[in-house]
Amino acid sequence: MIRLEPRPAISGFWTYASPVTAVLLTLITGAFLFAALGQAPLEALHIYFISPIADWYGITELFVKAVPILLCAYGLALCYRAAVWNIGAEGQLLMGGIFASVIAVQFVDSDAWLAMPITMLAGVAGGMVWAGIVAFLKLKMNTNETLSTIMMNYIALNLLLYSVHGPLKDPHGFNFPESALFGDSTLLPILFEGTRLHLGLAFSLLALAATWVFISRSFIGFQIQVMGQDQAAAKMAGFNKTKLVLTVLLICGGLAGLAGAGEVAGPIGQLVPHISPGYGYSAIIVAFLGRLHPVGITLAGLLMALIYMGGEMSQIFLGLPNAITGVFQGLILFFLLSSDVLIRYRIRWASNPMKAGAA
Amino acid sequence: MKKAITTLGLALGLTAATSALAADPVKVGFIYVSPTGEAGWTYQHDEGRKNLEAVFGDKVETTFVENVPEGADAERVLTQLAKSGHDLIFTTSFGYMNATLKVAKKFPNVKFEHASGYKRDTNVATYFDRIYEGRYLSGVVAGRMTKTDTIGYIGAFPIPEVIRGINAFTLGAQSVNPDIKVKVIWVNTWFDPSKEREAAETMINQNVDVITFHTDSPAAVQAAEEAGVYAVGYHSDMSAYGPKSHLTAAVHNWNDYYVSRVQAVMDGTWSSTDTWEGIASNMTNIAPINASVPADVIAEVEALKAKIASGEMHPFTGPLTNQAGESVLAEGEVMSDGDLLGMNYYVAGVEGKLE
Amino acid sequence: MDLDLLTNILYLTIRTGTPLLLVALGELVCEKSGVLNLGQEGMMLMGAVVGFIAAFYSGNVYLGFAMAACAGIAMSLVFGFVAVTLNANQVATGLALTIFGTGLSAFIGASFEGKTITALPTLAVGFVETIPLIGRPLFAQDAMVYFSWILFIAIYLFFKQGRGGLKVRAAGENPTVGSNLGLPVLKIRYLSIMFGGAMAGLAGGYLSLAYTPLWTENMTAGRGWIALALVVFASWRVGRIMLGAYLFGFASIMHLVLQGFGLSISSNLLATLPYVATIVVLVFLSKNIERLKQFEPMALGKPWHKTH
Repeated sequence: MIRLEPRPAISGFWTYASPVTAVLLTLITGAFLFAALGQAPLEALHIYFISPIADWYGITELFVKAVPILLCAYGLALCYRAAVWNIGAEGQLLMGGIFASVIAVQFVDSDAWLAMPITMLAGVAGGMVWAGIVAFLKLKMNTNETLSTIMMNYIALNLLLYSVHGPLKDPHGFNFPESALFGDSTLLPILFEGTRLHLGLAFSLLALAATWVFISRSFIGFQIQVMGQDQAAAKMAGFNKTKLVLTVLLICGGLAGLAGAGEVAGPIGQLVPHISPGYGYSAIIVAFLGRLHPVGITLAGLLMALIYMGGEMSQIFLGLPNAITGVFQGLILFFLLSSDVLIRYRIRWASNPMKAGAA
Repeated sequence: MKKAITTLGLALGLTAATSALAADPVKVGFIYVSPTGEAGWTYQHDEGRKNLEAVFGDKVETTFVENVPEGADAERVLTQLAKSGHDLIFTTSFGYMNATLKVAKKFPNVKFEHASGYKRDTNVATYFDRIYEGRYLSGVVAGRMTKTDTIGYIGAFPIPEVIRGINAFTLGAQSVNPDIKVKVIWVNTWFDPSKEREAAETMINQNVDVITFHTDSPAAVQAAEEAGVYAVGYHSDMSAYGPKSHLTAAVHNWNDYYVSRVQAVMDGTWSSTDTWEGIASNMTNIAPINASVPADVIAEVEALKAKIASGEMHPFTGPLTNQAGESVLAEGEVMSDGDLLGMNYYVAGVEGKLE
Repeated sequence: MDLDLLTNILYLTIRTGTPLLLVALGELVCEKSGVLNLGQEGMMLMGAVVGFIAAFYSGNVYLGFAMAACAGIAMSLVFGFVAVTLNANQVATGLALTIFGTGLSAFIGASFEGKTITALPTLAVGFVETIPLIGRPLFAQDAMVYFSWILFIAIYLFFKQGRGGLKVRAAGENPTVGSNLGLPVLKIRYLSIMFGGAMAGLAGGYLSLAYTPLWTENMTAGRGWIALALVVFASWRVGRIMLGAYLFGFASIMHLVLQGFGLSISSNLLATLPYVATIVVLVFLSKNIERLKQFEPMALGKPWHKTH
């Protein structure tokens, strides 16, 4: 029987050692899993974890994949710190993509330098509008944000489908559901020739820095922290709940919207029905995996992107079904989450739980 | 360990030069939009892939990546396939079109084949089947078997491919029974068995006695079987799900095409082509017709099938009026491929509206 | 709108709502004990595939349901170990469980794609079925629909009257106080999580054994998220779970029925109907904020361990 014994203080050693433990556990389990599937374990692990980033192209792709997840996760972390249970980054991202596309299709044949910035701002606005509705429903209508954000994810998805089948459909595209290809003036500049790494990386680095400062240095960040931990205390201290909730939701919506705009004006280059393979949901895991801290989130987001890319590589080079990569991804996440327990607790192996409880 | 690293190097295509040797197998890659499953769009493509291995043995090596989203990820997966020494890559969903073209530009020596799209390049060919011919024929069967003159059609999204199928099916049914009405319900998803079933049950309750669909699961066939009405399958033969109800199905068959394209790569004769084949070359067909269908109907369908194969008959031949009553095709005229490709209206007899 | 159509709409509403009702009832009990499990989708898929395999080999669909519940429980124990015993973040653990379950179910179900079984039969209650309007919807359903009603009443009474309900609520309201009073909080939470797993397993089984008797990868298509939303919709009150499940089912069916009438609204916009309807109804139900908070478990989602 396992028993947890709280540490007097958070263990500095285990803060860093726990992810290492998780990685070791993952590698050991992975080796057994791959061996059971008839693969050479070391080779399989190499293909899963190393080969996706074994060359320059792979490294840039890791960031291409991570950028939208990170942008969403930074914003979600603010919400969760404030105990605002926003599940809606996915919908906010999609709305960002739609709003950005509305602007981008106006500039298909234009070389106005303003086209790209306006497109990005439109994306931010789209995400903010969607998050703003959630804030309105929560603050003025007492409507729980968990429900409204889940529902609004589905509504956004249907609006996206409506847009690509209707108003934003490429007039010269034989009625297929996609917008016209965006003009070069709206596309995010590529940072390195020959790769897909785009200016979105700079956005997410800025977001990293901004949220970090916001959380640790600003008074409003402090208020958010207090409100998240103790609503009553925040009320007593006279913090303005409406303002705080609105702030975190709008920041999150804006960042998620920017992520959506970055996808349509970045690697995709047009509005299509599938601009997000669930980035907004992955970002929820990433936010918690990163312990709601921007630096932790950055590491967790890169790891998440690597896990996805490893899944692709193991299909290509090992012929493993997509299902196995899901199982493996789940296991990795369990290990990462479980190892965190070592930061706050000592684990005691008690042969007799009753006796241990009495001690 | 050293051996592992060497094999890795090979696997990763770091020694790209080896693929130039004539003795090497041709590496063929596939990317799929959904899991391979057991019936449906991706399943038929994967059957084609397995057939390649059966036909060419160790002269060919196939790889597939399933569940690749049609967004930013497709381009990376394609790049990885191209980088790792694949000679020929099939991209089997419309949403991969622009990603295929982008990657093809970067890898001029790799050949690409994109299903259902309209953009080509020197190393990008396109292919699709004239499934509407199968739709027309199955429509004839449905038109003969319905008693309520009302047929239900479950659609995923109103894209030209789906609308073309609805119209062809309607015209087929009307060719033997002018009073036919076709009700269309959009479920707004390619795959959600429960939703597809609800749509089927809703239509059965609205006087429909033959159901067909353009989605990915066989749920509607099962619903028809339980309710005692007929169903017409799609993508694959789905008779296992409705032994009594499954009249026939419009099916894709990529086997022969894939074999011919791989052979062309082996022979060095591959070039970028635009293939849109149907019954004539067996790329489209109909599944065996249910034994409960009268023999004269089966004979009628077989005769029609021969006429379509020989080119004597085209499902979209004038006079043709759309839902609003406007003429879209004059008497005796045959619709051009361009008009077929971008079809965005219902023909008369289809109920429901396209926005 | 004629009577037949109305009868059919009600009939389909209840069938559509049943899997949602099952999984939402399970999640409600779980959340009442203070544990937020977002792994419904994973548990449902495992229930669906294991139930299907069991029914396929045994030919007994009821055994299929039993195994589906067991599969759900097994999955929930994985969650329980990570989130309760090891005190990991519940939201992230639940999402990881969904990724894990989606993959695992696809893996073990791969060779069962394309197989069929005989669906759970409907049990018509004799002549009552012929009562106009409500006869068929209420008395000609399959056994799981009736079972979901029995469970609904049982859970309602459990929280209304039973001491057991009080204990679960205590674990979810203030585990530390409860524990000091001698309540086995961890045991209660584990049992609640297992109940949630069993219900999710049954709901998954309902899809693969009764609704569409087949197995295909990822066949739950996001219903776990809806169930999660329904618990919130119900403001953690048992009675409203049923209202929510059937309201959502009704709106989903109306999206299809209205199209059959040839309505000239874009089907994509019409498809938002269930989601918009749920928000709008919740807005109306949320007028009284004091009453709203009354049933929400105070310690929901917060890791807790015994300190003494």
